[in-house]
Amino acid sequence: MPVSGTSPLVTIDHATKVYKTGSGAVHALEDLSLTIDKGEFVCILGPSGCGKSTLLWAMSGLHPLTSGTISLGGSPVTAPPKQLGMIFQEPNLLPWRNLWENILFPFEIRKQNSEPFHPRIRELLDLTGLSGFETKMPRELSGGMQQRASIVRCLGFDPDVILMDEPFGALDAFTRDEMNLLIQQIWMDTGKTIIFVTHNVTEAIFLADRVVVLSPRPGRLSHIFPIDLPRPRTIEQTFERPFIEQVLEIKATIERGHHVAPDIVPEREEVTA
Amino acid sequence: MSRSDSDIASTIPTFDHANEQHHEVGLSGMTALSSSGAIKSGRDALIIVLIAVGLVAGLELWIELSGTRSYVLPKPTAIATALYQNFGLFWPHVFSTVRVLAVGYSIGAVIGLFLAATITQMPFVEKVITPYILLLVTTPMIALVPLLSTQLGYDSLAPRIIVVALASGPLVMINSATGFRRTDLGKIALAKSYGASTLQIFTKIRFPLALPMIIVGLMVGAIFGLLTAVGAEMVGSSEGLGNRLVFYSSRVQMDNFFAIIVILAVIGITDYILFFLIGKKWASWES
Repeated sequence: MPVSGTSPLVTIDHATKVYKTGSGAVHALEDLSLTIDKGEFVCILGPSGCGKSTLLWAMSGLHPLTSGTISLGGSPVTAPPKQLGMIFQEPNLLPWRNLWENILFPFEIRKQNSEPFHPRIRELLDLTGLSGFETKMPRELSGGMQQRASIVRCLGFDPDVILMDEPFGALDAFTRDEMNLLIQQIWMDTGKTIIFVTHNVTEAIFLADRVVVLSPRPGRLSHIFPIDLPRPRTIEQTFERPFIEQVLEIKATIERGHHVAPDIVPEREEVTA
Repeated sequence: MSRSDSDIASTIPTFDHANEQHHEVGLSGMTALSSSGAIKSGRDALIIVLIAVGLVAGLELWIELSGTRSYVLPKPTAIATALYQNFGLFWPHVFSTVRVLAVGYSIGAVIGLFLAATITQMPFVEKVITPYILLLVTTPMIALVPLLSTQLGYDSLAPRIIVVALASGPLVMINSATGFRRTDLGKIALAKSYGASTLQIFTKIRFPLALPMIIVGLMVGAIFGLLTAVGAEMVGSSEGLGNRLVFYSSRVQMDNFFAIIVILAVIGITDYILFFLIGKKWASWES
């Protein structure tokens, strides 16, 4: 757990989500409680359909819970909060706008003057290697560049909490590594609170302070693994023993899966290289 | 279990499905109408002009040598002379046709666009109304002209304006509706995550997404509107270019007759170029 004396920034309290489908009700999330501190990097990990995206979308205020509450900075989330930014699996750049106009899209929707944010945005464009591409249309950019643009669009308006829904799932392995390094750097530079959904164990361990494992449907909290690896983490580290042991441990937990009682946090042995 | 698996997969907001819902237009309509004839270079343009010159000169020569009578097919030079000398006579009719087209088409296009935008948001209403719109598209509206003329007067512009609106409106509507049905859930979710209102989602996402198909609809509607305007003038009007076609052919003034056809071709091509340029400016992101 990160050292933090303050109250949690995000509180998820007995979150339950039931989808009504043609063949009956499906429990996507069941009685899930979790708190996330300010400045923490939390990865939510689980197999497909475990409700991890559902949880993230509930936090975003886009899809309400069936029961339970989620609060952000003490106030319950009922609509998309202003201090929250979301990054999706698809870059979702608007193809009829150039890169710069896409990055200003959030300001336009919020009818907010973007001028004071321009220096910040230019810095982000520099950091993500997109400087000089401002007038390019999305179709002229590679998949990785598009996703980096969507990161700039999200960070541009300076949200406190960033929700990422399998953002790099559609990218090739090399680009994915590059993006993970970028996100780590951004997180270390800015101290944002990031909640990152993925089904990739390596990615989760690479990025997270804590990996939260959900059980298959109904999505319950299965395990929480604190990740103590030093930062900045490198791609090389992911091939080293302490990292791999962490991966194996989490994989084993996921495979044991749904039979583990929800509230148990396993005791971990200290792994030495 | 596998049953509910697939059910929940379609309920949980992942974007694996986004592409399926995104109606790929593939610009087949746009390609057919706007890009197929795109002139890529000066050389292309030169070849096109040379072919035109060759055709006109060949026609002139052929009519001369074969001794074809001018009441069957006048020489291109005779048509050009008629066009030049009698343009003062033609002009009021050009004005009449263009006015009917502009007014009728504007009414039809605005109503068609409005209906497309609203009806596509109400699936049930859309389902019920679509057959009637198809009926309007497929029934030649010129058929109404004799009836409307007897009701509203032979000299009145109203019958022609009404049929032009009825001919072009449904075409604009049907194509635009195809555009408005394209929904990109990912982009809508993105806008919503910034707190976008329904109106903002419409103006910033749905409308731009539909725009390429709207432009196709407007183009097809305009060309169809011209067709209908001329047809209506041939059937039941005392003025307009369609009326002149009937007038000059009945008097066997074929040079004037063909001059009118040239004017109509120019109006049609202008329509086309106008929307081609609009498409190039506002819908080029899709190609």
